[in-house]
Amino acid sequence: MVEYSPMRHTFVVYVEDKPGVLNRIASLFRRRAFNIESLTVGHTETAGVSRMTILVESDTHGARRLEANLYKLVNVLRVHDITSGPAVYRELAMIKVSTESADTRTHVMQLVDVFRARVVDVAPVSVIIETTGTEDKIDGLLEVLRPYGILELVRTGRVGMVRGSESVMVEPPEPPRSRSTTPTDDESVSYSV
Amino acid sequence: MSSMRTGAQIIWESLVREGVDTVFGYPGGAILPAYDAMLDYPVRHVLVRHEQGATHMADGYARASGKVGVAIATSGPGATNMVTGIATAMLDSSPIVCITGQVGSKLVGSDAFQETDVTGVTLPITKHNYLVSHVEDIAPVIHEAMYVAKSGRPGPVLVDITKDAQQSSTELQWDPSCVRLPGYRPDLSPSDEEYQRAADLINGSKRPVLLAGHGVLLSDAMGLVRKLVEKADIPVAMTLLGIGGFPALHPLNLGMMGMHGEAWVNQAIQEADLLLAFGMRFDDRVTGNVKTYAPNARKIHVDIDPAELNKNVKVDVAMAGDLSMVLESLLSRVETGRRLPWLSSIFEMKGNVAVRDIQNLPDSGHLYAAHVINDIWRLTDGKAIVVTDVGQHQMWEAQYYHHEEPRTLITSGGLGTMGFALPAAIGAKLACPDKEVWVIAGDGGFQMTMAELATIAQEKLKINVAIINNGYLGMVRQWQEFFYERRYAATPLLSPDFAKLAQCFGLRGETVETRAAVVPTVEAARADDGTVVIDFKVEQEDTVYPMVPAGADLQDMIRRPSMAPIVETADDE
Repeated sequence: MVEYSPMRHTFVVYVEDKPGVLNRIASLFRRRAFNIESLTVGHTETAGVSRMTILVESDTHGARRLEANLYKLVNVLRVHDITSGPAVYRELAMIKVSTESADTRTHVMQLVDVFRARVVDVAPVSVIIETTGTEDKIDGLLEVLRPYGILELVRTGRVGMVRGSESVMVEPPEPPRSRSTTPTDDESVSYSV
Repeated sequence: MSSMRTGAQIIWESLVREGVDTVFGYPGGAILPAYDAMLDYPVRHVLVRHEQGATHMADGYARASGKVGVAIATSGPGATNMVTGIATAMLDSSPIVCITGQVGSKLVGSDAFQETDVTGVTLPITKHNYLVSHVEDIAPVIHEAMYVAKSGRPGPVLVDITKDAQQSSTELQWDPSCVRLPGYRPDLSPSDEEYQRAADLINGSKRPVLLAGHGVLLSDAMGLVRKLVEKADIPVAMTLLGIGGFPALHPLNLGMMGMHGEAWVNQAIQEADLLLAFGMRFDDRVTGNVKTYAPNARKIHVDIDPAELNKNVKVDVAMAGDLSMVLESLLSRVETGRRLPWLSSIFEMKGNVAVRDIQNLPDSGHLYAAHVINDIWRLTDGKAIVVTDVGQHQMWEAQYYHHEEPRTLITSGGLGTMGFALPAAIGAKLACPDKEVWVIAGDGGFQMTMAELATIAQEKLKINVAIINNGYLGMVRQWQEFFYERRYAATPLLSPDFAKLAQCFGLRGETVETRAAVVPTVEAARADDGTVVIDFKVEQEDTVYPMVPAGADLQDMIRRPSMAPIVETADDE
């Protein structure tokens, strides 16, 4: 029997930076009935390689299955479940808060200071606050700001990195194939079906 | 001489360099440049009657030969018609490459005529797929596609090539050593410790059973499996797709396991103290209720796909790797041993087989599918390639045709695709032209793809077709009989006169309604140079026994009621 241990797992997934790869990853989660809580993707230190941080609700058994299935995707280079080890997690949020009076603005600014967040835009009746931290910290800031009226909120989702000098090394991928000609501009080519 | 080639030429040049000499396809607008170039290359093109047929043919070709099968079609409907065949190949790990034309790259995304996002549609049912819109990418992608399809756990790969990429020209640079797949790892191997734990479990077991799956065939591990079980005296049960992986008449062969496996096979699994699951994936049709599956058995699972390990059944030793490679290393660690008490207890479970041998039953005037299939087995010495469809006849084939050799049973197991048999048989025949090929199909599935009879006629192929015609969608009817109070919703089936139908296609057709006519008709069909379609009008409401209902415990099978037609005694009239 597999014991049930509900848990959130954070995966760092290195993928080839090619069209359609995000779709392949998302399709895999959908097809295998895993629910993505957050997914972030961006460039890495290696050209041609993208890095995803995927937060997913799953027990350990499911996480192992997910890892194995991710590896089945031809464009996936490396999967690292960083849940159990020490790691730094961050999320960035931008929060637009209503500040109808100068008074409320002062209150909001004080809260921003306490949470070590920043005001990045001030308008007559609103401010935009930028904050970086763990999900808990952002949740906490949101809770105290909510009474003032949150007009708009955007969160990036979690990114993570393992502590210490250990690095999730990735072989640099082969350079993209050279394209000597520009075939789409070839006069002899017809585009009708 | 200039090495400039059009993309269309590169497609064929690449395929020929990959050793492809036969493709199955259907032309259309977006693939026309490729078809035009095809005439200049040494490739046999089999014109199908529906693109689904092309994929099943490529699949049958792959399963019969072990080589990659290639199917080709145009964009849009041509490509979407391939979906069922691709999904079939995916679930049965069959290496096929499908090449589809796509509208010109400037039109992609514009809902152009016959445009479908085929890489999107086939994403979850291919091992990998490609959209190629630059002529330079065609050769490397086809090379990669063939490699991905065949290596590791085989599967279907689709290559969608835009029309302008086919029409553009470039210098052909063929580099067979170059595969740019940094994330693809088909060559995993278990650790030394895992080998030792596996060997210890085998050496310490008293009641082991080896479960042989499709992986035994895909890895060409038949000889090694046989060496192992003969060395350590381990009986072998097979999955449907594992049939042929171990000789049927070998004394250690138990037969097929699972939903329609013989009772003693499932009983042996339930009583085993060790299961050696080789190249199989504990499908629900094999395990029944996983909570009560082989409760006393430790489990060793060898599979080339790590995602299959600990997926359905938790195992004690999970070994990811190619089965042949694993067995090479494992064999020397396994001790020679005899397991007489275990084998004799299985022999007791089995009972007296002779009284159940349907050949010993007198002719009751009824024609049963089991007799037909058993007679085909005897007359072909169990050496024909049999390609089945899906349903009752498929299970009877597995029970009554005893396969001695690998790659002689070709059947859609995982997806259970009706309509598979006839086109897959065409592929098998082209892969093995010297082999005798039989189609065994039901009246339902046969009608799904029977247009491919025209392909057989056009290609002048010799295939024997046995239609097990009971006037019902028999397996569904059987489920309705057991689980839906015999309310036969939409299962009675009117069919054309199949013998006359065959004649319309220029083939020979026969109808058999009595048991006495089975042998002479089968013999005449075998002797005929051309394809013969035989319509066997069998008992209408016959049932496949035994049966483990879906999700039930493996030991809780529905047995044949003693008064039913093929009884387990010899005094049936």
